[in-house]
Amino acid sequence: MEFSSPVLNYTLLSPMLILLGGAIIGVLVEAFMSKALRPITQLSVTIGSLILALVQVWRIRNDQSLTAAMGSVVIDGPAVLMQASILIISLISILLIADAQQFTALAASLPGSEEERHALQSGNQVTEVYPLTLFAVAGMMLFPVSSDLITLFVALEVLSLPLYLMAGLSRRRRLASQEAALKYFLLGAFSSAFFLFGAAFLYGYSSSISFSGIRSAVVGGSGNDVFLLIGISFLSVGLLFKVGAVPFHAWSPDVYQGAPTPVTAFMAAATKIAAFGAMLRIYYTVFANAQWSWSPMLIIIAIITMVFGSLVAIAQRDVKRMLAYSSIAHAGFLLTGIIALNKAGLEASLFYLFAYGITTVGAFAVVTLVRDSAGEVTDLNRWKGLGKRSPWVAIAFATFLLSFAGIPLTSGFIGKFSIFSAAYESGATSVVIAGVLSSAVAAFFYIRVIVLMFFTDPVEDGTSVEIPSSLTSITVIFSMIVTIALGVFPAPILDFISNLATFIR
Amino acid sequence: MDAANYLYLSALLFTIGAVGVVVRRNAIVVFMCVELMLNAANLAFVTFSRINGDLNGQVVAFFTMVVAACEVVVGLAIIVTIYRSRRSASVDDASLLKR
Repeated sequence: MEFSSPVLNYTLLSPMLILLGGAIIGVLVEAFMSKALRPITQLSVTIGSLILALVQVWRIRNDQSLTAAMGSVVIDGPAVLMQASILIISLISILLIADAQQFTALAASLPGSEEERHALQSGNQVTEVYPLTLFAVAGMMLFPVSSDLITLFVALEVLSLPLYLMAGLSRRRRLASQEAALKYFLLGAFSSAFFLFGAAFLYGYSSSISFSGIRSAVVGGSGNDVFLLIGISFLSVGLLFKVGAVPFHAWSPDVYQGAPTPVTAFMAAATKIAAFGAMLRIYYTVFANAQWSWSPMLIIIAIITMVFGSLVAIAQRDVKRMLAYSSIAHAGFLLTGIIALNKAGLEASLFYLFAYGITTVGAFAVVTLVRDSAGEVTDLNRWKGLGKRSPWVAIAFATFLLSFAGIPLTSGFIGKFSIFSAAYESGATSVVIAGVLSSAVAAFFYIRVIVLMFFTDPVEDGTSVEIPSSLTSITVIFSMIVTIALGVFPAPILDFISNLATFIR
Repeated sequence: MDAANYLYLSALLFTIGAVGVVVRRNAIVVFMCVELMLNAANLAFVTFSRINGDLNGQVVAFFTMVVAACEVVVGLAIIVTIYRSRRSASVDDASLLKR
């Protein structure tokens, strides 16, 4: 039997290869480098590989290829846009992750044990979070560009497994953090099993594991429709879990709250882009011709996700949980972009994902700054009067909240407007009505927090705002500039997206 | 034998696993149920490979085994850490994160 060696287009794959290479260097640094040099080396390796990968993505922005890796990876305009968004968001979140105060000195030590105290006092901070982040980013970059079921599944696991571990690395409230890791892991593994089972039935339907093969089977319509329906629904369960849509959202408030805040920021923003990127590709190309099979289901899920997320967020007393429910509501808004199934919907989704991701990282960056002697203060009641004590931080947070609410002159408004108008154009009026109404409800609780910060007298309970480190300030300032710039001058980036946003098949 | 029977078996194993995840309380048992679900998917892949006369399904099964092994590494690390700090691997005991 003859074996032919695979033909790989290394230029197109280089962004992902650089990140995986950086991650492996990070593992070696962790194993062999002296403790004093480790944090700074890890940070430079991580930032260096992210920047190199971003440069590579920029260089291949006009390339299109279905055969970058023997038909397993597809590089096209949307792929480049998603990869670039993931990289930019990872870059600004890594600046938050660089704050060692947030992470446990030794994850293997028992909480409250002698060993843990010793690790803390001797300053032997382990820095495994950097290579884990790079592995997760590489998985996220691969997830939306996969074009067969094996690559999709492997990418899903490569992005998820490091995140499960990262959720458990918090320095304060370690039991809660470990609990978040356990919940995320068990539910994540549960949903990957659904995902894989769905993939098996899609394979059974089309006798092909490549997206193009499945697509031509769907277009031809000759296979067993039961297999197709089982395949679509089970695969969707796996994907909807990753984006945190109701009824697959149960993990997200707990994990958002329990995980270290920088990890929450990274996870909330970057995972959403990766998962929605893969969903967009699958629904827009592979399942497009079976629209009548999945569109009613997605419409119902989008509506309950938006309504549930917005209503439950009102009742939250913890700022991280409130942001978690708001991210559930935003998952619903983003689903309307998939339901739209037209070019405007794709462009709007890409813009929304980028804008929402940046705003999310900014908002969680602010959460890391509000502290008392025991660590971060996430109880909203203790955020009272923040605007009087530290106006700049409060103004930054207010900007992010206004962008979440979709108030004009912020990126959130442009995102929501374009995504709803795309869905309206395609005739999904019910989703648009539900979306606008739940945006109004959501605006209520965002604005309530702003009122709490600016128009309530501060309570003296030891809550103070940390002077941001220069890295954290870069993140907050960058997110603020992007949030406002995309709201005031969205045209250049919208044009850029519009030129690139076409899936090749 | 009719290959469809293997699909029924796979669906049955998947359901047993899914029910197990929902009703069992020990994290290790829950995790074993997830593995059962993954293997049910593997069985479906191999069966379809046989039905369709295409080898790709068997390749997927190999990839799934490797991924499942990685998942075991990460999963057991998390469960053992939880067990060491709480002296219990019950998913009900872990309930600090409630609204």
